[in-house]
Amino acid sequence: MNFSEKNISSIQLDILKEIGNIGAGHAATALSTLLNKKIDMSVPDVKIVSFDEMIDMAGGPESVVAGVFLRIEGDAPGSMFFVLPLVQAEIFIRELPGNIPFCADELPYDELALSALQELGNILSGSYLSSLSDFTKLSLFPSVPMLSIDMVGAIIGTGLLEISQVSDYAIVIDTALNDELQNTNAVNGHFFLLPDPESFQIIFKALGVPDYE
Amino acid sequence: MNSLLEIVKVGIADMNIVKNPGLIRTSGLGSCVGVVLYDLSAEIAGLAHIMLPDSSLAKNTSFNSAKYADTAIRDLVSLLLKSGAKASRLNAKIAGGAQMFQYSSGSDLMRIGPRNVEAVKKELYSLKIAILGEDVGGHSGRTIEFNPESGELMVRTVNKGKVVL
Repeated sequence: MNFSEKNISSIQLDILKEIGNIGAGHAATALSTLLNKKIDMSVPDVKIVSFDEMIDMAGGPESVVAGVFLRIEGDAPGSMFFVLPLVQAEIFIRELPGNIPFCADELPYDELALSALQELGNILSGSYLSSLSDFTKLSLFPSVPMLSIDMVGAIIGTGLLEISQVSDYAIVIDTALNDELQNTNAVNGHFFLLPDPESFQIIFKALGVPDYE
Repeated sequence: MNSLLEIVKVGIADMNIVKNPGLIRTSGLGSCVGVVLYDLSAEIAGLAHIMLPDSSLAKNTSFNSAKYADTAIRDLVSLLLKSGAKASRLNAKIAGGAQMFQYSSGSDLMRIGPRNVEAVKKELYSLKIAILGEDVGGHSGRTIEFNPESGELMVRTVNKGKVVL
């Protein structure tokens, strides 16, 4: 099965956008509560992209990010990424309670900082998924999130493995988070939801949308 | 002069070739493996950025051959031969195959880096192409750049800087 804009209808596209909206909305709320500050969120972008385009969406193959990756297990398997530019990861960690030392240029990274970052990813993706699960009535549960600080290409490439066995394209539900108090226009973080190809039918069916061709 | 060199960029699950003067590069290799095949006397090199070890993993019949170790290497060889390389003079340098995430349970796919490296080596062995340099495994992403004139492969990682193979 190959994806193209043709075999996905506009109503289905809207449903996927709504999924991104609900999920990331809850995640943004969680982040906002955690850091006790206002977090803005973009309108989700649903795109059918090649792997290279997907990597470009996350900042280009060589840019260094903190990426939290997890597999979604249950009724509608898929992959999820929470990608933060390293500078932003540093800001978030500093704003967390507990005065954790973390400097993006100093190696090795502090164990506690890494653990905090992983937990941040855990909380955010957990709230994304549980709202999604409530909305679709599907049972979805996250694997233990894994953290890596490295090049975008290397991180995203790994998460695309499952999809790459069936397709050269991925349907990406992308929501950007903006930290309002920092530089206003910069995108500070991305959520990427990548349902496995066979999960789309299941999601559409659960929401009562006409069949996915 | 260096800044004027043409750099051929290879994306994920993609391949291409370059002739001197020029460089060929692929960025952000994680569990993927970058395979460079080159003929130093013809000053020509090819690079494939492979994602998966074996085309039998493909779940449909039409697939992108550059994605799989076995098909990518074979196609890259024939591409190079068509462009003037000699089979007997081909050598290889490889990099990548890292394990980006520590994953304790389940999926075999998480071990894909080492499996990719194994598959690449096996394919190169069966084609009798010698591997003259490798930087594989570990837990870091890599960007690689090859110079077909000198035969040097530059490998860059985020934490350890540049190495030349």
